[in-house]
Amino acid sequence: MTPVLKITDLHKSFGDVKVLTGIDLTVQKGDVVSLIGSSGSGKTTLLRCVNLLEEFERGTIEIAGEAIGYREEGGRRRRLPERQIARQRAMTGMAFQQFNLFPHMTALKNVMLGLVKTKKLGQDEARAIAEKWLDRVGMIERKDHFPGQLSGGQQQRVAIARAIAMNPQLMLFDEVTSSLDPELVQEVLAVVRDLAADGMTMLIVTHEMRFARDVSTKVVFMDQGRIAEEGPPEAVFGAPKSERLAGFLANSEI
Amino acid sequence: MDLSLFLDNLWNARMSLLAGFGNTLLISLVAVILGSGLGVLVGLALSYGNLATRFVLRVYTDFLRGTPVFVLILACFYVLSVVGVDLSAFQAGVLALTLFCSSHVGEIIRGALAAIPKGQTEAAKSIGLTFGQTFASVLLPQALRQILPTWVNTATEIVKASTLLSIIGVVELLLATQQVISRTYLSLEFYFFAGFVYWLLNFLIEQAGRAVERRVSIPQ
Ligand SMILES: Nc1ncnc2c1ncn2[C@@H]1O[C@H](COP(=O)(O)OP(=O)(O)OP(=O)(O)O)[C@@H](O)[C@H]1O
Ligand SMILES: [Mg+2]
Repeated sequence: MTPVLKITDLHKSFGDVKVLTGIDLTVQKGDVVSLIGSSGSGKTTLLRCVNLLEEFERGTIEIAGEAIGYREEGGRRRRLPERQIARQRAMTGMAFQQFNLFPHMTALKNVMLGLVKTKKLGQDEARAIAEKWLDRVGMIERKDHFPGQLSGGQQQRVAIARAIAMNPQLMLFDEVTSSLDPELVQEVLAVVRDLAADGMTMLIVTHEMRFARDVSTKVVFMDQGRIAEEGPPEAVFGAPKSERLAGFLANSEI
Repeated sequence: MDLSLFLDNLWNARMSLLAGFGNTLLISLVAVILGSGLGVLVGLALSYGNLATRFVLRVYTDFLRGTPVFVLILACFYVLSVVGVDLSAFQAGVLALTLFCSSHVGEIIRGALAAIPKGQTEAAKSIGLTFGQTFASVLLPQALRQILPTWVNTATEIVKASTLLSIIGVVELLLATQQVISRTYLSLEFYFFAGFVYWLLNFLIEQAGRAVERRVSIPQ
């Protein structure tokens, strides 16, 4: 079966700073992969490359068999035109640490925007899909509220609905609970759990180790721009092979 | 001051004053509308254009904003005719005010766009929006809300600057008033009256601006 995500030899630097130094990662349909690792190890950068929010110098990223971002042309590597990039970005959905809801639109309009503009759906159809997902994340009663009228947890749930309503092949979550007050963390994690249980393929960056252990089919430990260790959660958390992972886990709360 | 004498003269001069006022309105309206439209494009190019475009427009906005409007008007009227572009005084005046308005609006749009967090563009991109769609649906609506008070202020500046067109012979409210004064010698009364009309017009513009601001404000 064609994997949903196949990353091969991915390299990325910011100027002279090498941030990703040869990432290989395969995600199959229905996989829930957690990315863990210390601050600065390149987790966010990896997600942003997959969502084409960053350029990368070497390697390939394939979504459902389609190489994204670049093509080979006469032996030269070329960035694809904006229009094609935009289409490929919509193949993955991204939930950000800071939610990034559009403040001038209601929750409903936030979710409808991509459906209308990218998917070219009519207003009625877009609204029906948006309402379905807002209901799913428990936000249907607040659909006419503006982001400024919602709590952080509520905003994040709307942001997740906005991404997932696009029916992406893969959902990317970048520390979606890190900027929330502790009492709001669980309501957002519950939404992610619910989507995972439903078979959504996802790649999750998280510092919530207990959550990663519960929800993942695979855990990937990143260290200094590489994947240092990966495996099922029981193996990664129960029997870390490398000292770095053992050290990282010892410093994290489980 | 003889009030009934003034009122009699005001009544007699009503048509020419009204025509002058009409011109003031027309000049201001055209300059603000064209200038704002152009200004949005300038702001867009200042924010996202390539280096050469940004440089040229930086010079354009800084030059226009740093030059007295009066000089701009004279330049549009006299200099352009030297290079073979013959504009009427009215057209030259409107052109000068339009350029003036575009440079101000361009600069405030640029500032407003720069103040929008990067996450907004990224969120729009991640749901597949192209740059044009992102600008139209996400960035511009936020930027326009933010510039509204400054923009209204620019509009009132344009109304005030429209008086300068009297110098190149455009019969707007000020020149119409001066013509009436030269017939009636009631300079104090008529200048006071014209001043009141300008104040009233700008007062109404500001009130309208506030009303729009309330209407489009985002509930918190
Ligand atoms: N736009 C940028 N310009 C320059 N350097 C950057 C940029 N973004 C990230 N970096 C650097 O890349 C490295 C990896 O950053 P990244 O945000 O991917 O780490 P992370 O694993 O997500 O960390 P955290 O757990 O703190 O979120 C860091 O050293 C960071 O300073
Ligand atoms: Mg990060």
